[in-house]
Amino acid sequence: MDVVEAGVRERVAEVGHGDAVARADIDAAQEEDLSRHDGRVRKPAPTPLPLERHLLRAKDLVDARYREALDVPALAKAAHLSPAHFSREFRRAFGETPHQYLLTRRLERAAALLRNTDRSVSDICLAVGLRSVGSFTTSFGRAYGISPTAYREAYSPASRVPIPTCMQLAWARPQSSSFREDSRGRRG
Amino acid sequence: MLTQLATVQVWVHDQDEALAFYTDKLGLELREDVTVPEMGNFRWLTVGVPGQENVAITLMAVPGPPVFDDETRNQIVSLMAKGASGGLFFTTDDARASYEELKARGVEFQQEPTEQLYGVDAGFRDPSGNSMRMVQRSEP
Repeated sequence: MDVVEAGVRERVAEVGHGDAVARADIDAAQEEDLSRHDGRVRKPAPTPLPLERHLLRAKDLVDARYREALDVPALAKAAHLSPAHFSREFRRAFGETPHQYLLTRRLERAAALLRNTDRSVSDICLAVGLRSVGSFTTSFGRAYGISPTAYREAYSPASRVPIPTCMQLAWARPQSSSFREDSRGRRG
Repeated sequence: MLTQLATVQVWVHDQDEALAFYTDKLGLELREDVTVPEMGNFRWLTVGVPGQENVAITLMAVPGPPVFDDETRNQIVSLMAKGASGGLFFTTDDARASYEELKARGVEFQQEPTEQLYGVDAGFRDPSGNSMRMVQRSEP
């Protein structure tokens, strides 16, 4: 096994496909041993995953764990990239920075909690992983054009069609192009 | 007239890795695994849910030339890796138990079991990036 191939396997194994890769490794090693003896052709190496797959893992991490103290360095770690490289590649793949994606995911979830629960604004802010109620209110205003309280009043439960969470996650996230946070996100 | 849906196709970046995932991790069963040397070693690989004999999933390698030029092939693999290539919806008797079981086997979840109008569902991915969901339907 050459160094590059070993590197790819190690990387893939690290990020969550250890079992399959380990098995493929054993198979390949056995094939290699056999080929020395009887001249059989060695089994081809597994197809490496494209970089985007590792970026997607970080994006999925946002969707699964936005409630926690996630930040861009933690997401970069999940994708096995440096924060600066990660932010650049994430933006190239998904059209926005990981910072923007994380913030808009939190705002989308906060909007859902405002519509569907009677929890307080500060409680909701903390529940979606944001720590400052002041910046939450500012960011929410930029995304939705009104304050969290006004948003809640505008969407009474009786006026809504119930939509499954997976569809809300996919469709209801606010656009982030007008955020001042963009520049901060770009720096990673 | 059409009688039934028999097979659905899922692109995968690596058939061996996909087979290991769909059988060892998801618990599906191998149905067919046929390699055709005269067709450039085209491999017809299908799996299915145990007990649901009439529907199979074919795990299809993304072909290069002469089927697709390299650029097209790479675009398909890239779209899958970005999670933009559709997915499969399964049902389960117990979404939370299945979640624990699959997670313990290393399946990557993007959404924990969540209460919905129609039951409890959760979202996960195959190694190529394809989206999978499982739903535990609530009692009618």
